[in-house]
Amino acid sequence: MSTTVDIDAAIKRMGEELRPWLKKHPLMVGIHTGGVWVANRLHRELKLPDALGAIDISFYRDDFTRIGMNPQVKASNLPVSVEDRHVILVDDVLHTGRTIRAALNEIFDYGRPASVTLAVLIAREGRELPIEAEVVGTRMQLKKRQHVKLVGDPEKLALDLQEVDG
Amino acid sequence: MKQDLQFDSSGRLKHFLTIEGLSRQTILQILDTAKSFISVGQREIKKVPLLRGKTVVNLFFESSTRTRTTFEIAAKRLSADVINLNVATSSTSKGETLLDTVRNLEAMHTDLFVVRHDRAGTAHLIAAHVPPHVRIINAGDGAHAHPTQAMLDAFTIREAKGDFRKLRVAIVGDIQHSRVARSQIHALNTLGVPEIRVIAPRTLLPTAIERLGVVPHTDMRTGLDGVDVVMMLRLQHERMSGALIPSEQEYFNLYGLTLEKLAYAKRDAIVLHPGPMNRGLEIDSAVADGPQSVILPQVTNGIAVRMAIMALIMGGSAEPRSRRAEANP
Repeated sequence: MSTTVDIDAAIKRMGEELRPWLKKHPLMVGIHTGGVWVANRLHRELKLPDALGAIDISFYRDDFTRIGMNPQVKASNLPVSVEDRHVILVDDVLHTGRTIRAALNEIFDYGRPASVTLAVLIAREGRELPIEAEVVGTRMQLKKRQHVKLVGDPEKLALDLQEVDG
Repeated sequence: MKQDLQFDSSGRLKHFLTIEGLSRQTILQILDTAKSFISVGQREIKKVPLLRGKTVVNLFFESSTRTRTTFEIAAKRLSADVINLNVATSSTSKGETLLDTVRNLEAMHTDLFVVRHDRAGTAHLIAAHVPPHVRIINAGDGAHAHPTQAMLDAFTIREAKGDFRKLRVAIVGDIQHSRVARSQIHALNTLGVPEIRVIAPRTLLPTAIERLGVVPHTDMRTGLDGVDVVMMLRLQHERMSGALIPSEQEYFNLYGLTLEKLAYAKRDAIVLHPGPMNRGLEIDSAVADGPQSVILPQVTNGIAVRMAIMALIMGGSAEPRSRRAEANP
């Protein structure tokens, strides 16, 4: 099932909203996999001079002992030190906030950033932690059993909305 | 069946006892996961919180420095608490049985045992007797298997050579007494290596070794001809009974890997050795310290590979899981 969200327009809006951050010389970090796609576009849009960072939070998940290891872990890659930098953390969907908590823990194992700002393409309800995004592409009202994720190739992103049983 | 022990009822890897019975997909998943752990080892803070609060016991009934140390570092980088027990000098010398030793450690809420023993089948035996949430890794059992060594060798080969399905590999040395060789052969076969050779004097070649899918050679010139990978084995003095080699000097002359013999292999062939090396016996220093040697990268990779194996088998191991499963089936 597809949705009517205009992703390109949403990413453009996020870019405009993030423009004031440029004076802080920010470092952008995307969360695998959808977050890296969105971050890639924002990174280009804002013409950030430092290389984009990418993190896979599999080693930091809080449900590891319950559900086990993600079968497709990607290597995290932060080519530029986060020490004392203003980090813009990018993800595709903000839901419970647990992914962001894991990502923050991972970033702090690389160093101590000056600040972290969260930018997400989609914010939906259902937070389980005190985490909010400062920059949001679009907000979606979804039922608990509906799952939304970013699909497609990085240049032609689409949203996939699925109903899950139970 | 021994290898069935390795999987839980839903087919997930639970213990890591032998390469036999593992699918190509499972082996590749371990190698892929290990690749991600390599980058953890290069960070300022070389730790991830996956096994926080878990207790890992290195239960070594046979001495080892490198293997035990890399398991210890691997577990610590996963944030587990690690206890090293050299049992050879402890309880069993006071008459306690193997399973009693394990039960006592279980009573201290151990989550994972890394077991090395000079008797084949020890890790399997322990795995068959522990409660469902406890995990076992075989760190070498007699002349049977050393599966984590085979995995780190496979990882090292993949890093240097890429696709396994294009490689010629020679395993050289004391095949007869080598648990490393057995595990390597199973791993490389499963990964699709088209040609695996074993090179040794007849006295150190098990009979019917061809059945494992390898080609035996007794001559280094024909055996090393055109290979991409040379995997050296340690000459196992301690496992030998009787005179299987005429003299160490003659063994070195015929089977010791020198630059001259290595020249039979491809120019860009890599040389592996599981350590500890007997320099001047199975390998010459000029090779061990030369540009084709990947012996030290093997050690570094061993940490990441062991982290991957621990993480994969410990994931989903939480005790409450089984209780939940009972509550709502």
